[in-house]
Amino acid sequence: MKHLWRLLPFTFILLLAGCGKQNLSALDPQGPVSEIQFSLIMLSLYIMIFVIVVVFVIYVLVLIRFRDRPEHTHIPKQVHGNKALEVIWTTIPIVLLLILAVPNVMQTFTLADTEPTDADMVVRVHAHQFWWEFEYPDYDIVAGQEMYIPTNTKIILELEASDVIHSFWVPALAGKQDNVPGIMNPMWIEAPNEGVYMGKCTELCGPAHWQMDFKVIAVDPDTFETWAANMVEGPQDVADTGNELAVEGRAVFEQSCISCHAVAGEGGNPQGGPDLTNFGERIVAAGYLEFNDDNIEAFIRDPQRYKPGNAMQAFPNMSQDEMDALIEYLHTLKVLE
Amino acid sequence: MSYAKAQSKSTLWDWLTTVDHKKIGIMYLVAGAFFFALGGLEAILMRIQLMFPEFTFLPAQTFNELLTMHGTTMIFLAAMPLLFGLMNYIIPLQIGARDVAFPFLNSLGFWLFLFGGILLNISWFVGGAPDAGWTAYVPLSSESPGTGIDYYVLGLQVSGAGTLIGGINFLVTIINMRAPGMSMMRMPLFTWSSFVASILILFAFPALTIGLLLLMLERVFDATYFNVGMGGNVIIWQHLFWIFGHPEVYILILPAFGIFSEVIPTFAKKRLFGYSAMVFATLIIGFLGFMVWAHHMFTVGMGPVANSIFAVATMAIAVPTGIKIFNWLLTLWGGRIRFTTANLFALAFIPSFVMGGVTGVMLATSAANYQFHDTYFVVAHFHYVIIGGVVLGLFAGAYYWWPRIFGYKLDEKLGKIFFWLFLIGFHLTFFVQHFLGLIGMPRRVASYLDGQGLNAMNLISTIGAFLMAVAFIIFVVSIFTSRNNKVTEEDPWGDGRTLEWTIPTPTPEYNFAQTPLVRDVDALWYEKYEGDGKMKAAEPLGDIHMPNGSILPIVISLGLFIASFGFIYHHAGFTWLAVVGLAITFGAMFVRSIKEDHGYHIPVDEITNNKGGE
Repeated sequence: MKHLWRLLPFTFILLLAGCGKQNLSALDPQGPVSEIQFSLIMLSLYIMIFVIVVVFVIYVLVLIRFRDRPEHTHIPKQVHGNKALEVIWTTIPIVLLLILAVPNVMQTFTLADTEPTDADMVVRVHAHQFWWEFEYPDYDIVAGQEMYIPTNTKIILELEASDVIHSFWVPALAGKQDNVPGIMNPMWIEAPNEGVYMGKCTELCGPAHWQMDFKVIAVDPDTFETWAANMVEGPQDVADTGNELAVEGRAVFEQSCISCHAVAGEGGNPQGGPDLTNFGERIVAAGYLEFNDDNIEAFIRDPQRYKPGNAMQAFPNMSQDEMDALIEYLHTLKVLE
Repeated sequence: MSYAKAQSKSTLWDWLTTVDHKKIGIMYLVAGAFFFALGGLEAILMRIQLMFPEFTFLPAQTFNELLTMHGTTMIFLAAMPLLFGLMNYIIPLQIGARDVAFPFLNSLGFWLFLFGGILLNISWFVGGAPDAGWTAYVPLSSESPGTGIDYYVLGLQVSGAGTLIGGINFLVTIINMRAPGMSMMRMPLFTWSSFVASILILFAFPALTIGLLLLMLERVFDATYFNVGMGGNVIIWQHLFWIFGHPEVYILILPAFGIFSEVIPTFAKKRLFGYSAMVFATLIIGFLGFMVWAHHMFTVGMGPVANSIFAVATMAIAVPTGIKIFNWLLTLWGGRIRFTTANLFALAFIPSFVMGGVTGVMLATSAANYQFHDTYFVVAHFHYVIIGGVVLGLFAGAYYWWPRIFGYKLDEKLGKIFFWLFLIGFHLTFFVQHFLGLIGMPRRVASYLDGQGLNAMNLISTIGAFLMAVAFIIFVVSIFTSRNNKVTEEDPWGDGRTLEWTIPTPTPEYNFAQTPLVRDVDALWYEKYEGDGKMKAAEPLGDIHMPNGSILPIVISLGLFIASFGFIYHHAGFTWLAVVGLAITFGAMFVRSIKEDHGYHIPVDEITNNKGGE
């Protein structure tokens, strides 16, 4: 309804307070980049609400005052125009736009400040149909699907893509940049608070586009160093744990999985799937499914059903014993304990 | 061929061969309405899929095909042809001409569009529709398996050629065929805005043509423009597409602005406020429309300098648009506003479009755009400008010109029900989508996860979409139930201001028995209040020379249609079809070139009879 927009400012405040997940919403910024963007969103919104209110007031006034009534017989004066008015409604919008344009240009340059200094950390983000790979060149680590970062550190992201265009978006931390094949796009993020932030692919990239989620996990710098060291080291050797089932599972893994999925730098290939070194600590399975044994098994047996168009081989006929062992082994792939 | 002989041909043959701008206009309207319904159906299917989280109504692949075809259909096969229909019918009448400058080309433009549209939609039945979005970004499109994208490329290429021909035709018509006294600055605003839109077509469509050609060479003939491994670049497609794509949105909205500038003065009984400001604002919008394409690409990594320039240039468009909004408001000021259905649509446009406009400025804020881009915020924005602007304009124009085009008035009661349902449904569908985007919903997603706070607003959005669908059905019903509201007078609204309201209803084949003499802006209004209410004639009554109909436009279009299959199935060994098709096309063009055709004359007696023995 055309009057609905009167409610816009109120609806907006309500939404700010209520709807939207804290770690997903751009309206609840959790880092300096998203805060810059949020402040520009709000600045532009206030200007726009002003414009809307002005137009609406004139509009309602006109419709009420000048509606035709049966007693009217006059022919309205055929006004040609008014130069003064034209100047006014040309000048005021220009001023309003300048109020928005100047801070916008300044912030556009702030957000483009992606030249790494010694204090910064670099993460290369490779996007694939339909999963994410995070490479830490300073540590010689590759991680799949979940990007661990230390809090209070400026992270320079170097975005790349291996197949089609994807786009890296973690609304609570930063607006998006595209992962473009053949081009490296830099951006930066920073997370003052520990937490798990939801990330999404925002460029149509194929049938499983909507499932191409990832997580950014901000941990304190000490925990991050532990994580990084253990990612290089790899998870504890299952042979040392006395877990027979997991040892069997490792055999299955080394037979069926390792050619595509690396663990602690072993196995994998450039056309392969996500690194599984810390798979046991994943928050979700396959980027979006609840992390439980049923979902992991179902995905291994029929990946196309869960992420249509993905490149993983299906294992529909793997025996239940092998599957159980494999999943047991996957659960042991942990680096933070 | 004599006039009498032309009359004796069958009705079907008459429509297939017609070069009459009025019949071609009606064919554009009918075809456009069909594709509008089709695109609407595709939208409804998508909204059903998005009604609930993780809903499994449609497979993701089908969803991607639907979102691609919805966008492509609505832009190229619904909005543009519907506007072209109105432009075709109305522009010659508004400028006091007997037809467009090139009636044969006009027919060719229509048939190319129609065959292109049919070609695109055949993809549904032969292995799947295109699935890379209406923007068809490479490499997703260039590497898409199947033939869907090939149909997209060839379908748009064929229909795009029709659009380009149509645009050129309007330009020449408006420049050359205005009645005596109608200087450029006396042209009705609908003609003016169509003129500017045609300039945009002339300069924007070649970029699309080149983009599509490169994509065709890439897919059909294994070229490597977009193949990164072979040194190609994928961003060049986005530039080509948006150098076309951004002016395209002005190609759509400017004629709609023109419609509002006709409807609002008519039903406020007042001259358009600030005519010259309106004209210049239209020109500036058209000009700036070419300077802002990269605001669709803020996130592809153009760097802060380019982003800032395109951000500021984009914001600048708000200024001339604001000028137009305030001039419409001041046109209403002091008028006697009649709330006819046509005017309701025009009046609803103002607040709806302002909402779409302000989110446009928000999107232009490049640093904030990183959050908005490719989310439902963008979906909300462009539906607010396209439905709130173009579609409301089309409905306003349809109700306004319906008696002129079809000789009867659409039922006002049903019209008002339709209007309110449609408007409420529209805002219900798209208002909440602003917030969906801001709280984390990307666009073009086939579904969304439960527990992310997106459920309620998606459900609301789907309910709104159903309301719009019901409203549209009521409109279609009213087309058939209103047929008895016959109109015989020249100026059925009583307050007509322009030349299309000075001629008999139904409109004679030759439009004007005598070319009118134009003495002011709003030529008819001037004669009503400064003259005797009748147009002065600028020429004596005489025989009227008319062009003959021709079947060749269909043959030329059919040839390209056949040739397209040759390209699409080139890898399957059907290249010979391309040769056959092109032979048909060029053969028909050859026949057209060598065949002498001087047209025919309508004798003066027949014209006097038609004038009611005046």
